[in-house]
Amino acid sequence: MPRPSVLQEVTRGRVRNASRRRLIALVLAVLVIVAFAVTLMAGQTFYPPRDVIGVVLGEQVPGASFTVGRLRLPRAVLAVTAGFSFGMAGVTFQTMLRNPLASPDVIGISAGASAAAAIAIVTLSLDETQVSVLAIVAALVVALLVYTLAFRDGVVGTRLILIGIGISAMLDSITSYVLSRAAEWDLQEATRWLTGSLNGVSWDQAVPALAALVVLAPVLLTQGRNLSALRLGDDTASALGVRVERTRITLILAAVGLIAFATAAAGPIAFVAFLSGPIAARLVGAGGSLLVPAGLVGALLVLVADFTGQFAFDTRYPVGVVTGVLGAPYLVYLIVRTHRAGGSI
Amino acid sequence: MTTADTRHLPDAAVVRRPARVRLLWLLLTLLALAAVAVLSVAVGSRTVAWADVWSALGGADGTLEQAAVTKRIPRTLLAVVIGAALGLAGGVMQGVTRNPLADPGILGVNMGASLAVVTGVAFFGLTSPTGYVWVAMAGAALSAVFVYTVGSLGRGGATPLKLALAGAATSAAFASLVTAVVLPRNDISGSFRLWQIGGVGGASYERIGHVLPFLGVGLVICLLSARALNSLALGDEVAAGLGERVALVRATAAVGAVVLCGAATAAAGPIGFVGLVVPHACRLMAGVDHRWLLPFSAVTGAVLLTAADVVGRIVARPSEVDVGIVTALIGAPFFIYTVRRQKVRAL
Repeated sequence: MPRPSVLQEVTRGRVRNASRRRLIALVLAVLVIVAFAVTLMAGQTFYPPRDVIGVVLGEQVPGASFTVGRLRLPRAVLAVTAGFSFGMAGVTFQTMLRNPLASPDVIGISAGASAAAAIAIVTLSLDETQVSVLAIVAALVVALLVYTLAFRDGVVGTRLILIGIGISAMLDSITSYVLSRAAEWDLQEATRWLTGSLNGVSWDQAVPALAALVVLAPVLLTQGRNLSALRLGDDTASALGVRVERTRITLILAAVGLIAFATAAAGPIAFVAFLSGPIAARLVGAGGSLLVPAGLVGALLVLVADFTGQFAFDTRYPVGVVTGVLGAPYLVYLIVRTHRAGGSI
Repeated sequence: MTTADTRHLPDAAVVRRPARVRLLWLLLTLLALAAVAVLSVAVGSRTVAWADVWSALGGADGTLEQAAVTKRIPRTLLAVVIGAALGLAGGVMQGVTRNPLADPGILGVNMGASLAVVTGVAFFGLTSPTGYVWVAMAGAALSAVFVYTVGSLGRGGATPLKLALAGAATSAAFASLVTAVVLPRNDISGSFRLWQIGGVGGASYERIGHVLPFLGVGLVICLLSARALNSLALGDEVAAGLGERVALVRATAAVGAVVLCGAATAAAGPIGFVGLVVPHACRLMAGVDHRWLLPFSAVTGAVLLTAADVVGRIVARPSEVDVGIVTALIGAPFFIYTVRRQKVRAL
């Protein structure tokens, strides 16, 4: 029997890896669908699958039409949308800046949206739509500001991260000042902007976020190959034919857009953008784009954390608190592991 | 990575500041401290005539104006003490980590103290002021050790980038833990929200008295380690060659800084960026010798915090902006400026 050449072995290995990645993505997708279905059925009252499917298809089912159709469905849709957006945007930043800690929650983008929303709610008393618009604009402006301040003979990842941390500290102090002057009823709404929550979500909030995901996710996906090239460093990437600055700006705009719309709808759900990428990388393994797996992991995280926060404790915790508390120990593990290995995600 | 201290210097002349120039600067800083202290007593949301200020300082509190002034005295004292502690702690931290971006706020130490206090209040019925100080200090120490360990793992040791990221991520994680603890407890959430911002508004002689012993101990430890920090600035190998026990020196100085931060946080809540800005400004005046730099940092820290408190009282009359907010608004741009000035490789 002839020995297979090296080339054949490499090809076979690649094919095996690719099919493994596809399998894991499929399993993740199935898990997201299962979690989605469970959150629709279970809750204070249980509805059998037949009723839920009926409601989703537009039939009138007494009781279920309101509970499932008006309360649980928008909530679950937004959970999936926000999770997917945070996951994809987070992994984009982490890959581009070559640092697993450089997620949008750390480098000031979520902080910008939060500060704007707090001001809009407490100081200006704007209505819900205006608050969302302002939050989206603020996230984009902050991202642009961080990028501009970091620009000096091109953008260097480390400088961008540090400047983001500085901006974020400033914005956080503005947020806490505004909140310290807030009346009790404003505070209820404003806390959503500190931790992220899906309580009382309606279609008005879920639809814009979903639309943003539908528009912006393909942009990120088509840039996926360039993103992987950027990971090799700017010089190598441009030698490979990637227009570095242009790719980076496209990626940043698309990722910030995703973050902004998701944050406007659900608040900055802590650590989802931060955790999804590294978890996906662990599951899928090196090589290949992490965008879709990270999005799926994000969606699963938000669905499960929201369900846990609603029903597992005496108090109803907003989803952001659950993901934050889950995130803390994982953060420790992640930092220790990646830094020991000395690599990025 | 080169040492932080040489990297900051514009030219060699600054290194060899003659003692006369330093003394002059020190005198000027002390004068500035006296000036802001007087301002802090005289200026506030209520306008008080100088005659009233004077008689109130003499002990009279008959009129409303005089009573207001009497309340401003402990507040000013607290601002001076906390500012000095934070400035000094910042100087020591930058020396210990050889890192120009070290600051108790950036490194997550303040948030660690917050989390410890909230946990103590919520779960262990913590009420005594001295208890606050101990718990805050333990929290500050634990998170300092944690952030530093995490930030120095891997290649290149504790680079400014890794330390700042580890600090920011840890702060974020602690913040959500704090929310998780506070959220279901309406009784403490209101008072905690105010404490979390950092301010010297609710000062009293009692409160100053509780933290003063801790601050004294921290001050002594920090000032005593000044000479050793000078050796550390030359790099670990050289310092060891000069006969310093590097690990011991670093641990002692860090303990001093953490005691100062923890006590300051217990008394006034987390106040960021004072420890970052002050040592940088002081290096321009005093050069890089820690034996001068540290006292300078303490005095300048007191000036900065007291001035920030006065500004916070003036800008939003009749209400007030807490001093923690003012320092963040002054300090964050400075942080960004420092980052932009660094060479990329140094990060």
